[in-house]
Amino acid sequence: MQTYKTIREIHDAFDSGKASPLSLTQDYFKQIESSQHHAWITLCKDRALKQAESLTQDLKSKHGGKVPRSSHPLYGIPLGIKDVLTMDGVRTTAASKMLDTYVAPYTATAVDRLERAGGISLGKLNLDEFAMGSSNENSAYGNVLHPTHPDRVPGGSSGGSGTAVAAGQCVAALGTDTGGSIRLPASFCGIVGMKPTYGRISRYGQIAFASSLDQIGPMTRSVEDAALLCQVMAGLDPRDSTTSSEPVGDWVKVVRETAAAPTARGLKVGVPKEYFIDGIDAEVRSAVEGMIAKLKEQGAEIVPVSLPHTEFAVATYYVVAVSEASSNLSRYDGVRFGVRPKEAMEAGSPAEFYKKVRANFGAEVKRRIILGTFALSSGYYDAYYRKAGQVRRLMRQDFENAFKQVDVIVSPVAPTTAFKIGEKAKNPLQMYLTDIFTIPASMAGLPAMSVPVGQDHQGLSIGMHLIAPRFQEEKLLKAATVVEAIAERKGS
Amino acid sequence: MSITHLGIPVDANTEFETVIGLEVHVQLSTESKVFSPARSRLEEGKSVADEAVNANTNPVCAGHPGTLPALNQKAVEYAIKAGLATHCKINLKSVFARKHYFYPDLPKGYQISQFDLPLCQHGHLDIELGKEGEVTKRVGITRIHMEEDAGKNVHLSGFSLVNLNRAGVPLIEVVSEPDMRTAEEAGAYLRKLYSIVTCLGVCDGNLQEGNFRCDANVSIRPKGATGFGTRAEIKNVNSFRFVEKAIEYEVERQRQVILSGDKVVQETRLYDSQKNQTFSMRTKEEAEDYRYFPDPDLPPLVIEQSQVDALRAALPELPDQMRDRYVKDFGLSRYDAGVLTSVSSLSRFFEAAVAGAGASLAKGLANLLTGEAARLLNDAGIEIGASKFVPEHFSDLARFVGDKTISVTAAKQIIAILFAEGGSVSAIIDREGLKQVSDLSALEPVIDQILAANPKQLEEFRSGKEKLLGFFVGQAMKATQGKANPGLLQEMVLKKLKG
Repeated sequence: MQTYKTIREIHDAFDSGKASPLSLTQDYFKQIESSQHHAWITLCKDRALKQAESLTQDLKSKHGGKVPRSSHPLYGIPLGIKDVLTMDGVRTTAASKMLDTYVAPYTATAVDRLERAGGISLGKLNLDEFAMGSSNENSAYGNVLHPTHPDRVPGGSSGGSGTAVAAGQCVAALGTDTGGSIRLPASFCGIVGMKPTYGRISRYGQIAFASSLDQIGPMTRSVEDAALLCQVMAGLDPRDSTTSSEPVGDWVKVVRETAAAPTARGLKVGVPKEYFIDGIDAEVRSAVEGMIAKLKEQGAEIVPVSLPHTEFAVATYYVVAVSEASSNLSRYDGVRFGVRPKEAMEAGSPAEFYKKVRANFGAEVKRRIILGTFALSSGYYDAYYRKAGQVRRLMRQDFENAFKQVDVIVSPVAPTTAFKIGEKAKNPLQMYLTDIFTIPASMAGLPAMSVPVGQDHQGLSIGMHLIAPRFQEEKLLKAATVVEAIAERKGS
Repeated sequence: MSITHLGIPVDANTEFETVIGLEVHVQLSTESKVFSPARSRLEEGKSVADEAVNANTNPVCAGHPGTLPALNQKAVEYAIKAGLATHCKINLKSVFARKHYFYPDLPKGYQISQFDLPLCQHGHLDIELGKEGEVTKRVGITRIHMEEDAGKNVHLSGFSLVNLNRAGVPLIEVVSEPDMRTAEEAGAYLRKLYSIVTCLGVCDGNLQEGNFRCDANVSIRPKGATGFGTRAEIKNVNSFRFVEKAIEYEVERQRQVILSGDKVVQETRLYDSQKNQTFSMRTKEEAEDYRYFPDPDLPPLVIEQSQVDALRAALPELPDQMRDRYVKDFGLSRYDAGVLTSVSSLSRFFEAAVAGAGASLAKGLANLLTGEAARLLNDAGIEIGASKFVPEHFSDLARFVGDKTISVTAAKQIIAILFAEGGSVSAIIDREGLKQVSDLSALEPVIDQILAANPKQLEEFRSGKEKLLGFFVGQAMKATQGKANPGLLQEMVLKKLKG
């Protein structure tokens, strides 16, 4: 099959008649069905093909054979949706046995906006159960394999999205990022992943993990496509009170203009000393530092900055995330939501019933519910959740101070490249440290991206992490475009 | 060893004082729910039982995974109005919190409420006590916060079902200070709060449908003690009379527990109105840890002072002000004015009737309304709006009594007929022949006849036993079948007697 890297290439192919939404969708389903990656949980084949067919007809009959790019910027584009986002009438599992039979009665705002722009949802992508994990080993539907190294993990929790995009099983995918769940798999799988500012994209229809951190974002093969998907999804949603009315820019235009003459001149790049620590894999470090040197060559000003509260990030994050998770997951009790196993129906008391239903959760989810329930308990709230909120404010201030001097902050996305399946599964703490560089931006609600900048000697991808000030997606995308251009020039 | 309570020796002769604090859940009468666009308010004339199960739900109030709450601004407005009318401070920033507990009628596993920072604080309302409402007492309001109602469990044999129509209906919880000392005070507080929220139009006030539900915290202490005894919370009583009875029962129960040497335990109790008893639902040890924390799905509720000012300026005349106006403008007793303003439908009815009769007849009209009419309504347990009475009935009655066309006795008779059948006042007067006889020429022969028939009494009267006037008037009234104008009749009898 003819593969395309970007949406623009696909639209050109539609315009010239080399491909149609239907042929493309069929090709992608072939690709998916022949793969062994476990990237998908549910396929929406009938729904997608029907949609593709009508878009193909409309292209001729309504649009004169030319893709209506401005009104439908995702016209006929096959997409993958992380299975933590709802689609009306489609099973939505969050990769949990608990929701094995749950069919959502409504569509998530983000998915709805993509489909209204012409996007075709091929199906629901695998993930760590309730988006809790960094390796995709916590799925009740089997762990997703790395796109090129089947003995390795794709990263998590949006591992299905990472693998599907990298392995050409969809053009772009939606991920969700709570502490790095878009950026880490993007880095491990060698694609672009973007987590916009908290409040940019409506969370309505995103099965909640940690509400004050969760954010939907695109995973794509180019910065331009990431900008495009973000632009389509972003903006105020009356159904999500945490969305912002901040105007959404023409980010695609920004990326295209930057890409037309990429230059780092005038760009102030912050390098936080707390992010370049011992324990980073040497090849990861050299790839990221190499890119920083290239940026400097191209005219960027490299500024050492400090984010002094970074050391508290992982611990604080886990207090906030598990507390909110314990609350968000309380509705899965087998009464209203959650599969009610047969043995639960024989329970003699509500407590026993509850116990038997909740046994359906995987180990990591149980661990987090118990930790979160403890942290919110009367007498502990002040010491944990409230204190974590205070530290969070300090972390936000760290970034505010740093951004007085720089446009973006860069670091590795993760300390290592994709690790082997099982390597960290027995050691939760080790696993949690995988997200050490992505967590702070989540805690501060900042927009951040992962852009591929190289590979290690085994051919495993390395991503550079870029962070920008709140609602400065434009700055983020400009810098990411420059990094992408440099990386591609180097690679070719 | 002697028995003590709060460190004070007690026995059967000890006088105890009751301490009562009330938490009232008021359903706000917004069209849609507090965090979702699903229908909230009952359709006019419908009862909860008329509504199809789960008809008024959508994914948000059913708690579907991925849904988020979006605050209904109308509900905020209503809550602020209730706060202003009870003299509360309105917090310009308040915070929604999640309150977790496991109960099948709670779709998300937590209720969105307010905890640390409620919308309204530090208010009060004044209650009237005593036979004529002559004693005023101020009861503090600790806070009013916003929250969502839960669904309703329906227990059938062997299984239970949940109806989510009520889930997400906006509530305000009005929490009083423990300022009340008797069941009567608690009843007066509830009636006053009820009159305020219904007058504001923020609550439909339908007690049977659970629009206004009360939890009572009750403890007792030896009179003069300053500490508080351990309290019991009586949950979810939805009639004022039952709250009073439940408190009375609970006070006596606690007194007996203490006098028998036991301790009152902190617990939640339910009131069974048929047995007139409270019984234990759960003790403090079984109480849940609600794990409150600020709801990350809802930013803090921020209100502009200008919005509060505008709502304050637009407040309607409140029951207390209305009562004072009735006393001043219509010359009503404080008590009657209080009764008329206790339910907004009644005060509206009264004002419409006065408009028809003229202010000079308001006092007589009020007497008819608070007397015979109120008694009939009370006995039947219905509100005036749901009865066959219309304001014109009372305008007409007041006018006919005022110009002496009918007697007050006849008016009461007519009210009973109107209550049962409706109809027009003048038609009933004609049909029943209730017009007063004020024609002197018609009365004179009747009186002469009576005097002639009772020579002994006539002689006694004339020799000084003036009490007998009543006897003659009574006889004359009887002879005219009660239709005689009593003033006129008495005057004429006296004249004839003195002869």
